[in-house]
Amino acid sequence: MTFIKSTFRHPELPTNELGFTRQYYEGVLSTLCAGCGHDSISAAIVMAAFEANIEPHKVAKLSGIGCSSKTPAYFLVNSHGFNTVHGRMPSVATGANMANRDLQYIGISGDGDTASIGMGQFVHATRRNLNILYIVENNGCYGLTKGQDSATADRGSHSKKGAPSPYEGIDLCALALQLGATFVARSFSGDKHQLIPLIKAALKHKGFAFIDVISPCVTFNNNPGSTKGYEHVRDHLAATNTIDFVPERKELTTEYAEGSTQQVTLHDGSVMALHKVDKNYDVSNKSAVSMSLLDYSERGEILTGLLYHDEESQDLHQSLGTTDVPLNTLKESDLCPGGDALNKLNQGLR
Amino acid sequence: MKPTNIADPEYFHKVVDCQYACPAHTPVPHYIRLISAGRYSDAYMVNWESNVFPGVLGRTCDRPCEPACRRDRVEDKPVAICRLKRVAADNKDDAEVLARMPEIPTQKNGRKIALIGAGPASLTVARDLMPLGYDIDLYDDQPEAGGFMLSQIPAFRLPIEVLRQEVNYILDMGVITTLDTYVDSLKKVLDVGYDAVFIGTGAPRGRDLKIPGREEADNNVHIGIDWLSSVAFEHTEKIGKKVIVLGGGNTAMDCCRTSLRLGADTVKVVVRSPKVDMKASAWEIEDAEREGVPMLENHTPKEFVVENDKLVGMKFELVRAEYDENGRRSLIPTGEPDAYIECDDVCIAIGQDNALPWIERDIGVEFGKWDLPVLNNKTFQSTHPKVFFGGDAALGPDNVITAVAHGHQAAISIHLMCEGEDVEQARPAPTTNLVSQKMGIHEWSYDSPIAHDERFAVPHEAVETTLTNRKIEVELGFDPQTAVAEAQRCLNCDMQTVFTAEKCIECDACEDICPTDSITFTQNQDDETALRQSLKAPANNTEQDLYLADGLKTGRVMVKDEDVCLHCGLCAERCPTSAWDMQKYLYQVTKATPIVAYE
Ligand SMILES: Cc1cc2nc3c(=O)[nH]c(=O)nc-3n(C[C@H](O)[C@H](O)[C@H](O)COP(=O)(O)OP(=O)(O)OC[C@H]3O[C@@H](n4cnc5c(N)ncnc54)[C@H](O)[C@@H]3O)c2cc1C
Ligand SMILES: Cc1ncc(C[n+]2csc(CCOP(=O)(O)OP(=O)(O)O)c2C)c(N)n1
Ligand code: SF4
Ligand code: SF4
Ligand code: SF4
Ligand SMILES: [Mg+2]
Repeated sequence: MTFIKSTFRHPELPTNELGFTRQYYEGVLSTLCAGCGHDSISAAIVMAAFEANIEPHKVAKLSGIGCSSKTPAYFLVNSHGFNTVHGRMPSVATGANMANRDLQYIGISGDGDTASIGMGQFVHATRRNLNILYIVENNGCYGLTKGQDSATADRGSHSKKGAPSPYEGIDLCALALQLGATFVARSFSGDKHQLIPLIKAALKHKGFAFIDVISPCVTFNNNPGSTKGYEHVRDHLAATNTIDFVPERKELTTEYAEGSTQQVTLHDGSVMALHKVDKNYDVSNKSAVSMSLLDYSERGEILTGLLYHDEESQDLHQSLGTTDVPLNTLKESDLCPGGDALNKLNQGLR
Repeated sequence: MKPTNIADPEYFHKVVDCQYACPAHTPVPHYIRLISAGRYSDAYMVNWESNVFPGVLGRTCDRPCEPACRRDRVEDKPVAICRLKRVAADNKDDAEVLARMPEIPTQKNGRKIALIGAGPASLTVARDLMPLGYDIDLYDDQPEAGGFMLSQIPAFRLPIEVLRQEVNYILDMGVITTLDTYVDSLKKVLDVGYDAVFIGTGAPRGRDLKIPGREEADNNVHIGIDWLSSVAFEHTEKIGKKVIVLGGGNTAMDCCRTSLRLGADTVKVVVRSPKVDMKASAWEIEDAEREGVPMLENHTPKEFVVENDKLVGMKFELVRAEYDENGRRSLIPTGEPDAYIECDDVCIAIGQDNALPWIERDIGVEFGKWDLPVLNNKTFQSTHPKVFFGGDAALGPDNVITAVAHGHQAAISIHLMCEGEDVEQARPAPTTNLVSQKMGIHEWSYDSPIAHDERFAVPHEAVETTLTNRKIEVELGFDPQTAVAEAQRCLNCDMQTVFTAEKCIECDACEDICPTDSITFTQNQDDETALRQSLKAPANNTEQDLYLADGLKTGRVMVKDEDVCLHCGLCAERCPTSAWDMQKYLYQVTKATPIVAYE
């Protein structure tokens, strides 16, 4: 096994607006199985962060436990990171986010980490509309512990060594939608064309941006009979839309045909142009989106693309009316404004 | 774009940049690995097979392989390929090499071949035909065989013992030599009844410079190549204190450095053109400058100044270069007063020409442009079916490795002709061999990880020492430790990435891991130029091929830009289905003689 990835890069690698090449956004060499979908997602995050001109030192990566949760080591090596206990990433992320609102939060989780042990945590971070990009690398199994079925395994699907799952699989997108996530998307690790613009848009979204990425586990769950293997997923993909992401300050130059394209404006002024496959699909209509999700899942198809977006999203800081600056920039005079201020406050409560 | 036909022997050959650039197609990465393994005799034999003079070439080769080296594209300096060849030659086991020389049949095949000129081209023909039982007569006008390797390349670059050893490997096969004999008629040679005649007489006429004062100054004006050979054969032992060398090629570099060793105090190289246009190899210029020789540019010779019947200096007109839009240069006088440089002697090293006055023009050998023989450029056969040319005599002055490459091809032609076969149609294809190097799940037979390593400089003998004696070798060669370190810089470009589309599940792992973004899965396009721009990193080097494979489930194609692939094997390690494999490609030019060197 080669543990060294050469530091040589293509001599003509482009640089982004900050003057960095993609290399600056890479991580250490992955130790996941060859062909794991999770590695493709890491590569997509590298590309998205590079293209979106993200400053790595202004990003915090958080994760739980699992093959998926290991991946923050494999991208954005120049960012902050926190690897929590299993399923506890959402609460650590919440705390971090409350303490420092200036960082951009990327939460990486697995279907086990989120839909089993971390379910309670996930649910509350979602309904609080925490400002975070939350990615579930969904392989329908516990990859790290050798491939047991997870709660997102579809009924009847079976892994390499397993029996068909007797339970209904949890649709995390449907759940996130119901719980108040303000950006909900689904994609496939093998489709960077779709995934990269989604990640770029999600990074700009203010509020809970959830992306469920189907990510085959080549080792334990890529067999015929599994609904999360490369072949099955490719054969059953149904895209609602493909996306052009137009960053803020760039003009929207392309003319899109009326009806088939929906423009979605993000809070910083960036625009997503959604080329809709289904003309009637409207990403802002929550109940219709819910119906579509059910519809497709009943037909055994996997609906991908930007599923739902709420332009009016109010994140947790706005809901709580927190201070505008990171806590670490508050001075003693801000925190202990003195007796007069206390008296005033007490007066107000009388 | 059409899918790549990797069965075409030239496809992967081209990926091995150095081997492809070498006129004799020496399998460079193969011998570099043998050097790393300390297998010097094996490395020597691999070289000997292809280029016949590894010891000579390890010191003096023009090294067309080095500017082609992939390391030059990904880092900034090529692998010191030439110097590594010398390591093999310096450290080989002489007895073992002798024992591995091809056997010469005692029962001859009854055919007689004449070789005119004893340079590398003729010697290569002899090397390839002797093991097949030919009787060979070798003629040369010098007292010893070796051609220009002996008479021109100075001993401080190429010690005589090194040359002799390699010339003798061939002569000792039983070549009959007739030395000190100028062949003055091809007709006479043909009349002897040879089955074939090979002409490898080089380009032995140095150009003169007819400007005022030339005749009056004749005693102290020397034609560069004539002067170098008279030094080599010890007819000339000294030169004046102040020397001017005219010309900017390698001959000029050898003349100036030789002058220093024959007692000159100041030697100046004077060129008509800007210094950047000098033809000499960069390292030869560097070596001359290190010894204290200045290069004066933009000086056009105008007159030899003679006083009291003796040369005292030269006058030069000062010029500047202008280039038109086609890059063509003209030298425009600047109008400044002429420069005058004092001197005692002048060497004229401004080029050489073929000289084939001894070939009768009415015996069927046709001559064309620049009085060069009309040849088939694959077979080296002239318009006279029994007469073949090679080396500098064939295509004009070039270098040793080119002469060797010609020799190998001419030997095949001669053999085919003697066997009654069609010299052009019956030529054997190169032999190729493509073998997986997988030793375990993530293990390869070769050292695949790639690191940043700077090129090592070859150590030199102290200038003061070397200037005292023209036979002291300047370059010392790498010691074995440095050689291994330098060998590590080789990117093993013969370890090919071979793709099998049917196995690929399109997980993108290879595309994601590749350090140099060489792999892209994408939609095919008709227009290669557009496709090149649509890849993960732009494929702007159109000299390097795209490897395109179709047959993928999604209808996309796999496109690999060969340009800066490191042959690190990570794509193959990351592939869950072994759709990529690292396979060693050995391309060998087929020779007249069966191959002796590979296992
Ligand atoms: C000063 C100088 C330095 C060079 N340095 C290098 C170097 O470092 N590296 C490199 O690769 N190349 C170098 N070259 C070029 C190289 O030497 C030649 O390209 C190469 O030797 C050509 O080989 P050949 O077999 O064609 O003939 P040659 O080596 O030229 O041999 C031809 C032989 O034939 C003899 N001959 C000619 N006519 C007759 C005749 N009618 N009868 C009998 N004998 C005859 C000649 O005297 C000579 O001995 C150098 C050349 C010069 C002039
Ligand atoms: C508290 C706790 N319980 C159980 C485990 C064992 N465990 C490690 S990873 C894992 C499942 C991970 O599954 P998932 O999040 O889907 O990640 P994957 O490996 O599939 O990417 C489990 C149960 C643990 N590490 N900690
Ligand atoms: S076990 Fe599965 S999820 Fe874990 S690294 Fe291997 S392929 Fe990926
Ligand atoms: S061997 Fe494979 S991974 Fe390595 S540089 Fe070449 S294409 Fe890329
Ligand atoms: S790693 Fe192998 S299976 Fe995956 S895309 Fe590359 S060649 Fe295909
Ligand atoms: Mg999982």
